[in-house]
Amino acid sequence: MKFIPDKAVDRLRQNVNAPDLTGTRYQLLERVARGGMGVVYAALDETLDRRVALKVLDVPIADGELALRLNREARVLARLEHPGIVPVHDVGTLNDGRVFYTMKFVEGQRLDKHIEAVASLPDRLRLFLRICDAVAFAHARGVLHRDLKPANVMVGAFGEVLVMDWGLAKILRGASGNLPEDDPDATILYAPKFADAPGDSTQATEITGQGTVLGTPGYMSPEQSRGDVAHVDERSDIFSLGALLRFLCAHSATQSHPNGAARRDKALEAICAKATDNDPAKRYANVSELSADVSRYLDGLPVSARKETLFDKAARLYRRYTIPILLIAAYLVVRTLILLFFHR
Amino acid sequence: MPGDQFPVTHWSVIDALKSHDPAEQTRALDTLCATYWKPVYKYVRLRWNRPAEDAQDLTQGFFIELLERNLLGKYDPGKSRLRTYLRLCADSFVMNQEKAASRQKRGGNASHVALDFQAAENELVGTTIDPASIPSPDSLEQFFEKEWIRSLFALAVEDLHKVCVGRERERTFRLFEDYDLSGDPEISYEKLAAEYSIPITDVTNALSWARREFRRIALDRLRELCGSDDEFHREARAVFGSETV
Repeated sequence: MKFIPDKAVDRLRQNVNAPDLTGTRYQLLERVARGGMGVVYAALDETLDRRVALKVLDVPIADGELALRLNREARVLARLEHPGIVPVHDVGTLNDGRVFYTMKFVEGQRLDKHIEAVASLPDRLRLFLRICDAVAFAHARGVLHRDLKPANVMVGAFGEVLVMDWGLAKILRGASGNLPEDDPDATILYAPKFADAPGDSTQATEITGQGTVLGTPGYMSPEQSRGDVAHVDERSDIFSLGALLRFLCAHSATQSHPNGAARRDKALEAICAKATDNDPAKRYANVSELSADVSRYLDGLPVSARKETLFDKAARLYRRYTIPILLIAAYLVVRTLILLFFHR
Repeated sequence: MPGDQFPVTHWSVIDALKSHDPAEQTRALDTLCATYWKPVYKYVRLRWNRPAEDAQDLTQGFFIELLERNLLGKYDPGKSRLRTYLRLCADSFVMNQEKAASRQKRGGNASHVALDFQAAENELVGTTIDPASIPSPDSLEQFFEKEWIRSLFALAVEDLHKVCVGRERERTFRLFEDYDLSGDPEISYEKLAAEYSIPITDVTNALSWARREFRRIALDRLRELCGSDDEFHREARAVFGSETV
């Protein structure tokens, strides 16, 4: 048995693992990321002379189950034509038997990286609203994401916000449309437990049916954590959105307070708390309600998640009308001073 | 159809070792031995700091023990990977080496795999592993995994060579050796094309075919060494997965 040195083992693994694109219209450029069940490469579409992202299963499976699931991921994405969801171009099978699909190549940053450069809370909230738009659209088309987290949102070079990695998506009952073989209680796609890079605790885990777990700790709803597949619905994504909103707010507060003492706005905190309530029935009923509450907060209006006290109302009105209030106050002070001066 | 290129599911060695057919058991043990004897030998040498002669006895004794005590019958694919289980079995076997030595005398060599310990020893000398640098369980697992992958690949390369000879594609195999096995960072398709006086596209196609075959063969062997489909998926990722890219 011939000895294979370490360098040759590494080279062999790398070369053998790279997708064999001979016979396709694509030319492999470089590996760019890793998704739930596959690897994403940058590739050149030689027919249209454009760069695309090519996602391929990282292991060929003889029984075809994963191949079927990747294929379905592509089809789930194909039905979600929305500016906030990455569009799919093509799906096929490589010479080595692995299923692949190509999608728009998004040049940008993951939300968790991008957000470091966005100091303003309102800007972050506007960004959050665009994520909500994409998720609300998917829900309207009967698709749950089930793995919403900062790492699965990309912000493009021109400010476009894209919800990525629909690898764990689920088609809701009665909404299968062009996917007649869908099992509403089954996972659309597969993200093996041991697939992830060592040390990355934010990676998704696997589900294969009732009683097993899917999602990412910290962003996963309690019903997902329990593996209670039957009770996973739109409100599970709302939980993840709430966690994501909390991440954006906390990150903003920590940035503006170097000592780490996060200053939380009570109304925003109430929105986060309502969205991430352990009881799905107490969460927002749909994404539109959540985004409406965030919009109201941005506009300085009362939010549905929190009943205001008189003091809260005064503080909110002060924040909303700071300049007119200050001008009126200044006018009244000056007027009082003038009156006092002429009555002496 | 590309999907047809994948191997049919072979009977796992785990199931084969549980069978009552001695021939089937020996075949399974041969398969297991062929892949694991070198990792086990090197592991015993480094982890337990045993001299070469002791490590040879222990390695042979370990595989006899696996069969005699039906240790693989107790293996649960749902709880751990087979290679982790075997490594832990090797640990406990070495700890009870006196008992193991007596078993080796009783059992004799039940496997037909020729164990070339001198070659393994040479490989070990050629490596730069410092026993002091592998103290933690994680690094031990990584060391064992690396040796296991090396062993799996070496067997797959042997099989690929046979396939190439059988199909009169010796040149393809030589190209594969020169490019993928040499570890030479300077090698390129252009250089190979010039050296073999063939067009670059021939090099591309030959390497593409050889890698595909290699992958198929390695996965075929891997599937035999796994106790379940789930374990196979995980191990395939460990061998060919993105961690390595």
